[in-house]
Formats: sequence, C-alpha cells, structure tokens
Amino acid sequence: MTKPLTEPVTEPATAAGPPAATSVAAEGPAEQLHQTALIDVHRALGARLIEFGGWLMPVQYTGILDEHRAVRERAGLFDLSHMGELYVEGEDAGDALAAALVSDPRTLAVGRAQYSMICATDGGVIDDLIVYRLGPERFLVVANAGNATIVSDELASRLGGWRAVLDDRSLATSLVAIQGPRAAEVLGPLTDLDLSALRYYAIAEGQVAGIPALVARTGYTGEDGFELFVDWARGAEIWTALASAGEGAGVIACGLGARDTLRLEAGMPLYGNELDRETNPFDAGLGRVVKLDKPGDFVGRDALARIANEGPDKRLVGLVVTGRGIARHGYPVDAGERRTGVVTSGTQSPTLAKPIAMAYVAPDDGEPGTILAVEVREQPVSAEVVPLPFYKRSTT
Amino acid sequence: MVPSDLRYTKDHEWVRVEGETATIGVTDFAAGQLGDVVFVDLPVVGRSVDQFATFGVVESVKAVSDLYAPVSGEVVDVNGNLATKPELVNSDPFGEGWMIRVEIGDAAQLGELLDAAAYEKLTAEA
Repeated sequence: MTKPLTEPVTEPATAAGPPAATSVAAEGPAEQLHQTALIDVHRALGARLIEFGGWLMPVQYTGILDEHRAVRERAGLFDLSHMGELYVEGEDAGDALAAALVSDPRTLAVGRAQYSMICATDGGVIDDLIVYRLGPERFLVVANAGNATIVSDELASRLGGWRAVLDDRSLATSLVAIQGPRAAEVLGPLTDLDLSALRYYAIAEGQVAGIPALVARTGYTGEDGFELFVDWARGAEIWTALASAGEGAGVIACGLGARDTLRLEAGMPLYGNELDRETNPFDAGLGRVVKLDKPGDFVGRDALARIANEGPDKRLVGLVVTGRGIARHGYPVDAGERRTGVVTSGTQSPTLAKPIAMAYVAPDDGEPGTILAVEVREQPVSAEVVPLPFYKRSTT
Repeated sequence: MVPSDLRYTKDHEWVRVEGETATIGVTDFAAGQLGDVVFVDLPVVGRSVDQFATFGVVESVKAVSDLYAPVSGEVVDVNGNLATKPELVNSDPFGEGWMIRVEIGDAAQLGELLDAAAYEKLTAEA
C-alpha cells in the first residue's frame, strides 16, 4: 500500500499521499528546504507538509475535498509565499519587459495585471507569469516557486542594456491569498481599499489589518479572490487576521492539493505539467498571450511567429473520463489503435464528481466530442474531449 | 488503537480470519495517509490473489497506491459499495470499508503477518 504508482515528483503541486512522500515534514531534507514565514501557523493547524519547488509547503490541512469545497462555496486561505516576486523598475522598464516576455506589459494601465510567459529563443516556455503594473516605470512579475531563480537570473540578463533594474524580493515577501465567493466580504472590513473598485486582474496598494499590502484581485482557483503581498515578517499576522475575520463565513486554510484540483477544474495550466521548455504557448492554447505585433523584438519572436504560421504540433485538451478509472499525469492517450498523446494533469473532480484531465493530443484528435482512450494501468478507458474550462463560476 | 483480532501487513492491509474466509481491507493509518479516497479498483469474484502481490488499487484525490494481498486465495466476495462510496475506506476502514473476501488457500501464510501490537509499533515509527 505504500508504493505509489504515480511518483509524486511528476505532479509537483500534488504530492500528497503515500507515507514516504510526507515524511519530509518531520526531519531530514527539511533543512535544505525554504520555509515560509507561516510555517509555525501551518504546523499548529496540523498541516501535512511536503516539498514543492524547493519549499516546505502545506499540501492539506483537513482534507483536499473539504478545502476544495470551501473555496467553491465560501472561501479558503492559501499561503503562497513560495512564489517569486520580481520587481522591475526604471525608465525603460516597460520596453525591457516587452523585449523579455511574450506579452506587452506597456499596454497595461497602472494598477492592472496580465498573464504572460517568458520563453526561450526556440519558443519553449521557461515559466508562466503574472505581470502587475504598479507605476508608470514599476512592474511586479510573479513567477512560480520552482522557476523563481531561473526567471530572476534570466530576466536580469535580459534587462542588460536597458535602463531598468531587477529587485528579487522573493525571500522578503509573504503572499497570502483568500479565494472564493465570500472572499470580498471577509477582506472588505479589514482594508481601507474599496474592493468594489478593484476589478479582476487589478492591483492596489493599501492596508490590510493595519499591515501595508499590495492587494491584487487575481488567483488560481476559478473563483473571485485576492492575493495579498506583504513584508515577509508580516505573513503570519495577515493570515491570522484573515482567518479570524473569516471564521464566521466558514473560511478555512487550504493547501496545495486543493489549489491543484481547483486550478485543474478551472482549466488553468500548471508549469511542469501543461507547460515546460518543450512546450510553446501555442501548444497550450495560449497563443493569445503572445503579442507578435508588438513594437520591438522579443526573445522567442522568430520561433513563435513560425509556429503561429504553421500551427502547433500538439493540442491541449480537456478530457472527461467516461469509463472506469482516473486519468493521471503521464498516462498515455490513444485514438483507436494509435497513440495520440499523454495526460498532463488528472484527478477526480470534486465539483463535477467525475474524473477529469488535461492532455496533449495530436491536433486532429482535439475537437470536443472526440472519443479517445486513456491507458489506465495498461487498460484503455474511454474519455471524451470537452471544451476547457471544466468549471466556470456563475457571475451574478 | 487498531483491532486486536486482526492481522496486518507492513503495507497497511488488514485481514480478518473467520473459518476458511479472510476479509481484507486497509488500516486507518493507510486511509489517513492516502487522504480522501475517490476510487477503488478491485478484482472480480473467482480471481485468485497471491500473498504480498497486488490485488487492486486505491486512489485518493492526489495519489495512486497498490493494494497487497495479506494471504493467497480465491476471491469469493467484493465490497460493491466501494464503487459508489469509496469514502467508506476513510470513514470506516475496518468495517464498511472492507475490500474483498478470499477463501484462504494456505492458512500457514497467516503466520507471516503482523499482530496488532507489531503493527502499531510499525506505524508509531513511521
């Protein structure tokens, strides 16, 4: 029973499960891992801790299903302090980022955010990012934990020659998120900001529970919610303030396990699963992020222009498993007798109560309605291609 | 505290012996480590299982784990409730969450299993 068939390391955000994977919590490799400012809070809450992206992080507290449902129905609190916070500032900051990334941050109004990617010259994705415009010459780039150092180094190098400097504040920042339909009503009374004026993908500077914070209306769950960037040392304080304020609303602590099932239902890619150096934005169905027509050159432009012209050679699709079994990361996908691709992420969807997955398949096999088969332990299990996302919140 | 009348494997399966029949499941420790169980794949009645070989799979939201048979024998009953209520493995691992019943092929194999005290010692060290 102790032997996992799917290695936790292949599915980074998801390494719950077998005893071997969880024993890092107590001792051993823990010394080499970064710990967030909230580590004692997590321990006091009885979190199960795992290694993720070089950090010791909570994968679950009460249970992934409970936490998942809390975010869909009420709200959940997440410690995301493992993410990388890279500030880019200077007269050329906009131009420099436009040359370094595939999107065009110059088009952002101050106080707004965009989803972006940093690509290699061959178009392969180095990381996916959120870029916030904090001022006319000041941006915040948020990178995935496991890529933060790579992105920081690469961005610093790409800023060379521009009047722009990089300030990597990843280890000086605590990031706490509150996500779910009741997030605004919990956060509202704690802050001087008018949350009704803070739109989706907007960011503002204010106070939360007396703590200076950047408050962004962004997230990775498919729900309304906020991400709060504060000084490293204030992380536990802001968490505790939100937890107390949210108690009556049923807000609970949520780990990376629920974060992964939530983002999968919302059809959002996870770096290391749907995105990697061998994948380009067009493969992932994210070609809209690449601004080939923006003024000036950018890293990866030639390769990406060619791919845009010729079409990608694989296609990211949603699958609903209709046979008996759960599709998991790495399982092969067949079209009839022919191997067509591979599952990138898969789980039992807590909201839909059926197995869902994302997979790369040959472009011709990716039309919604196509019946494919996922090989679950060498047995073909029927699955239907469906449009992404699997779950979309109702906006009333 | 695990039930004292059961025998256990190091892989966290339990077996309850009643005459020639052995009922098999996973322990509360295993269920806790797995987290929310969402899928259980079990053999059909009539199939044979071998001691310490895999007889099925249990999946939580995040992880997939093999199930190892505590004893060899022919499957005579399968807990069909787990197909629609896999969460019984979490809520009642030693009772309603049982998985299969086998007709014991070789009772001497039971001697290779842990008693409750030895199993508790094992999980205390884990």
